[in-house]
Amino acid sequence: MAHDNHNLAIFRGTWKFKNNQSKIWGVFIVLSVITIVEVALGIIRPEFLTDNTFLAMRLLNWVFIILTIVKAYYITWDFMHMRDEKSGLRRSVVWTAVFLIAYLVLILLIEGDYIFEVYKENFIKFDF
Amino acid sequence: MEATVVETGTEGKTWGGANQPLKASYGKMMMWFFIVSDALTFSGFLASYGFSRFKFIDSWPIADEVFTHFPFLHGVEAPMYYVAFMTFILIFSSVTMVLAVDAGHKMQQNKVIIYMFLTIIGGFIFVGSQAWEWSTFIKGEFGAVETKGGRILQFLDTEGERVAIADFAASIPSERQYQTENEGLWYESGSTQTTFNFEEVKAGFLANDNLLVRTQYLNEHGEPTVLSREESIAKLTNEGKLVVEGANLQHNEYGPPLFADFFFFITGFHGFHVLSGVIINCIIFFNVIIGTYERRGSYEMVEKVGLYWHFVDLVWVFVFTFFYLV
Repeated sequence: MAHDNHNLAIFRGTWKFKNNQSKIWGVFIVLSVITIVEVALGIIRPEFLTDNTFLAMRLLNWVFIILTIVKAYYITWDFMHMRDEKSGLRRSVVWTAVFLIAYLVLILLIEGDYIFEVYKENFIKFDF
Repeated sequence: MEATVVETGTEGKTWGGANQPLKASYGKMMMWFFIVSDALTFSGFLASYGFSRFKFIDSWPIADEVFTHFPFLHGVEAPMYYVAFMTFILIFSSVTMVLAVDAGHKMQQNKVIIYMFLTIIGGFIFVGSQAWEWSTFIKGEFGAVETKGGRILQFLDTEGERVAIADFAASIPSERQYQTENEGLWYESGSTQTTFNFEEVKAGFLANDNLLVRTQYLNEHGEPTVLSREESIAKLTNEGKLVVEGANLQHNEYGPPLFADFFFFITGFHGFHVLSGVIINCIIFFNVIIGTYERRGSYEMVEKVGLYWHFVDLVWVFVFTFFYLV
């Protein structure tokens, strides 16, 4: 990318930067804040989030996973300059990976849950 | 080789060649496709970790209780602070890397040198931290007893604090003969001995009335179940089999063997990526110093190695979440 047409706005254009360097520091602040929130939640573990579940998973874990994906988005889009690439390159990388990973995770977690049920409910002496 | 066809009559048309629809150089595009395939490798690891965890969803160790150590703060409970520190190191080295790429676009050789140097330092700190994390994990702190079914029993006092087996195990003198290969016709080396054997731990447990056993099974609040004194004695004497101190690929004092296996494989594979990233960074760094890219007129190599380095950071973000937080 020997050209200087960086897209200098994040948060859907609501936070604009003067130059690329200040954008880098801005993204660093965003990533740091998210990490601090994650660690704080991991240490406090608020009961409201640990005792309620959504789709068989604690709300706290959903919060962690969503924050992680947000972090991954900013690393890819701003540090790896995906924001400045052609949409063809972006889609061939991101859509492929997202589709394959989502499928893999889905089938493996369903299978893992099934095996857990077999161990727990069926006539198998497992804990001896 | 002679060029037989020079003109195709389609020049300037979409399929006429010399078109760059993705506006990316060959090297950069290949780096992206390598990253996609490497991302799939890591998701294979992490998804199988999720699989095993769902398989043992009612007895998986809680990361907060496993990773509680911080260098130079012995005995202080510091859940996750050290991994959070490692995360910051890696994010910060990503920032210096992207600043180096930015300086490269502007052909500022000296700035590229400074920023790449900082990136390499960050990489070394991270790899060193991971080595420390591994050694703490392998050494273990409290020790535990494994049952005949391969489950882990840990020990608590009545206040609910963890107790190390070294603090209560009785000392039963036993004779152990050491022999070497040249003394016999047939020789097999024995396994490593733990500091205390199971009989010593059992005797010590029975002698101390304030000790309880904690199993791996999680109650409805997601905390491991603590047995009453009578249940503890029954569980330990009937089902206990051997003492576990620390972790290896077969046994670990934290929970199912798979937990330590995945810890070693996933963080190890990631650590290996960081190490190779540092080495590639060093090569590019020296190329920058001797002016290779200045003469070439483009710092695109810095950008390509930067892509790899950010990818390593990206993977760590996921490892951090799935190993230490969730």
